[in-house]
Amino acid sequence: MRKIGVFVCHCGTNIAATVDVKAVAEALGHEPGVVVSCEYQYMCSESGQELIKDSIKKHGLTGVVICSCSPRMHENTFRKAAASAGLNPYLVEIANIREQCSWIHKDIASATEKAIILGKAAVAKIHLNTPLTAGESPVAKKALVIGGGIAGIQTALDIAEAGFEVDIVEKKPTIGGKMAQLDKTFPTLDCAACILTPKMVECAQNEKIHIYSYSEVTEVKGFVGSFNVTIKKKARFVDETKCTGCGLCTEKCPMKKVPNEFNMGFDNRSAVYIPFAQAVPKVAVIDPANCMMLKTGKCGVCSKVCTVGAIDYKQQDTYINETYGAIVVATGYDPIDLGKYDEFAYSQSPDVITSLELERLMNAAGPDGGTLLRPSDKKHPHTIVFVQCVGSRCDDSRGKPYCSKICCMYTAKHAMLIREKYPDTDVYVFYIDVRTPGKNFDEFYRRAVEQYNVHYIKGMVGKVEPKADGKLSVQASDLISREQLHIDADLVVLAAAIEPDKTARPLATMLTTQMDTNDFFTEAHPKLRPVESATAGIFLSGACQGPKDIPETVAQASAAASKAIGLLCKNSITCNPCVAHSDELMCNGCSSCEKVCPYGAITYINKEFTMPDRTVALRRVASVNPAVCQGCGACTVACPSGAMDLNGFSNSQIMAEVDAICK
Amino acid sequence: MRTFTYYPGCTLRTKAKDLDRYARACAKALDISLEEPEEWQCCGGVYTTAHDEIATKLSAVRTLNSAKEKNTPLVTVCSACHNVIKQTNYDISHDAETASKVNNYMQLETPYLGETVVYHYLEMLRDVVGFDELAKKVTDPLTGKKIAAYYGCLLLRPSKALAMDDPENPHIIEDLIRAIGAEPVIYAQRNECCGGYMTMEDRSSAVKRSTAVVTSAAEMGADMIITACPLCLYNLKKNSQTELPVYYFTEVLAEALGVKEDS
Repeated sequence: MRKIGVFVCHCGTNIAATVDVKAVAEALGHEPGVVVSCEYQYMCSESGQELIKDSIKKHGLTGVVICSCSPRMHENTFRKAAASAGLNPYLVEIANIREQCSWIHKDIASATEKAIILGKAAVAKIHLNTPLTAGESPVAKKALVIGGGIAGIQTALDIAEAGFEVDIVEKKPTIGGKMAQLDKTFPTLDCAACILTPKMVECAQNEKIHIYSYSEVTEVKGFVGSFNVTIKKKARFVDETKCTGCGLCTEKCPMKKVPNEFNMGFDNRSAVYIPFAQAVPKVAVIDPANCMMLKTGKCGVCSKVCTVGAIDYKQQDTYINETYGAIVVATGYDPIDLGKYDEFAYSQSPDVITSLELERLMNAAGPDGGTLLRPSDKKHPHTIVFVQCVGSRCDDSRGKPYCSKICCMYTAKHAMLIREKYPDTDVYVFYIDVRTPGKNFDEFYRRAVEQYNVHYIKGMVGKVEPKADGKLSVQASDLISREQLHIDADLVVLAAAIEPDKTARPLATMLTTQMDTNDFFTEAHPKLRPVESATAGIFLSGACQGPKDIPETVAQASAAASKAIGLLCKNSITCNPCVAHSDELMCNGCSSCEKVCPYGAITYINKEFTMPDRTVALRRVASVNPAVCQGCGACTVACPSGAMDLNGFSNSQIMAEVDAICK
Repeated sequence: MRTFTYYPGCTLRTKAKDLDRYARACAKALDISLEEPEEWQCCGGVYTTAHDEIATKLSAVRTLNSAKEKNTPLVTVCSACHNVIKQTNYDISHDAETASKVNNYMQLETPYLGETVVYHYLEMLRDVVGFDELAKKVTDPLTGKKIAAYYGCLLLRPSKALAMDDPENPHIIEDLIRAIGAEPVIYAQRNECCGGYMTMEDRSSAVKRSTAVVTSAAEMGADMIITACPLCLYNLKKNSQTELPVYYFTEVLAEALGVKEDS
């Protein structure tokens, strides 16, 4: 029989005002095995912990039950206290009589009765607790950053700054991401390229950073401290080590009619191309879908003109295997496809564009050298209508239910820049609400309205009608003056909602980490652990976790880096001993547990068993990798034969709790 | 020869005889047999869809059930009839309460649970005949004609129930226009309302709407407008204050198939 001590906490008045703590201590004192039962004002305080430690020593306790707040709050505190008094920390149980009792009840009598029942359940469980010892596993001193936009770049730079090796995997031929396409950035209107490209160059020059551009993560195995990652380096048909980025091949390539992705298709590039002037790495890439040599075997001009012999038409995809201690996801966002929003005539008129397309049209390195001309006839637009929330805050299945967060500010920026540069232009902005929280953000928006006289109209656009004369007739409602408006516009700009990059979902499956219904990665705790995923060793950086502007993205990128650095600093990590294990004699290898395991912790091994008749049989049984298992318990429920059990939360322990509650 | 149950609706017996006549002639030319249910009733106009009650929708259910009994798909041609019948069918198959109310009223031998497949004549052309096959049967292509398709509001919406085409950027009639050798004219008002029944209560709003539609089509260079809806045709002709000719789509189809004179 265990010698159990029960410690009931008042939590000031948090518990004591609704639960008669003395009655709880008194009642639990009569439970089998309980040798001491007392209450105290703040059990988590220094003196409260001393009380526990003294009792363990004085009474030789072999089990401790604390009736207090949620174990998420102070389980660790009490486990440490017990350990310092020589008791195995897993012989401490918490009965949550605050969040699950005092805070949610008003009646003292029934709350007290419930608190006693919760205490009895904990006492019943602790009789079956076994001492557990946490194992250790080593940490590889290298991080992987997936995605080379501003989030990935900042995370990589910070990790490298701390002295650790870091690899960036970017699916495009260059790092830089969406920010490289932007013109000016709010609220200070500094040029995006001017602040981003030095960071890109820094990445390339930092010897701790290795950039795998034009590459994708194809497989992730292993666990925190030791992730085994396979990276596919797509064939770029140009030897990266030889190419000097001189650009001669791109000039001579005869195939020049490929829509230029970087300029949102407003101009063309050649089949062999360097995405943009400041690309990192500044190495050409051949687009196999458009290269005549790769398609028909006839051409070879780039190979002839290349002075360093870097062109290699026979290059194949290569696969690289690396081990990382930590992984940071920085896969970013994309604007949604506007196919479902044809009331704005996006697919019907070239003069209806998205805000990201406007960024290119206004950029000095864009198709028109920074002069704002409308795509259809290359004339100056004199009336421009901005439509906000296209697909954001949407209550039907066409769009996204969330606010895309960045659109109000970039629309104010666009409106202001246009009015500054072309004062003869009328600019209208239609909005549901203008949301500009953030340092110097509201001041920025007000400047657009007050100083630049941008017409902000609360209401939505119902229809954009392309007219025969090239104008766009915009029909909208003004909700404040309660009238219908008709504006003949030259250019309509749609603030398309943003969504996670399409590669995010398959990546989440590979990483066995969680996403929400919108495919944004889910953080471990929305307030207290915002940059960690629920899977140990996987951190979140930037818009892959939710819509973010650049300042926020950079802040989160550095936060994710510091969390990754914290992990990489350790030589080994302590594992949670409350993990699943399989009773091999009962396991029949049915794979039920493997299917439900969200962490990929379960594998199957063929093992020799001596059977009752002394013959040896080879049987397939489940095997849990304790370093990967997070102790969620899904497998124990799924196991049809009852072979799978969870340390610290065994089936028998849980049934004992249920029995105590139902008694 | 493929057989469909064909629901003409009242207007096609009175004001919109052309819509009906040419629909039948074209079906014949396309080797499709249209069988009218014996005792069909008025679909109730679109008024039935404005009320959350069941009695006025029962006539649609009778039509749907008679197609089910004959084990054929149901085809309609009037936009309003199609809208009512398709929406009623959608409600019965997606809402258990509607289905149970309907069957409590109807007391059929076997309950009707939305089994019938409902096609609009245009959908039949697209999904059963196929526009490519249709193009092969065209004898008198309308080459050089610039035709503006007018959808109106009932044919496409609510898009979840009607499920015919993209309600904001439809192309089914444009595809038909191409199949008969003419050139479709895309104009923004093609899926906007013509004014509908408003012409009875406040003619000026029907005039405003119809004029906007026809002007928009004319501006984009249309020679004519085609539609599937008798009420749209009425409004565009009587209320638009323009001379642009308006026809039923079945009429131009009959012309292309070379069966207009016989019908």
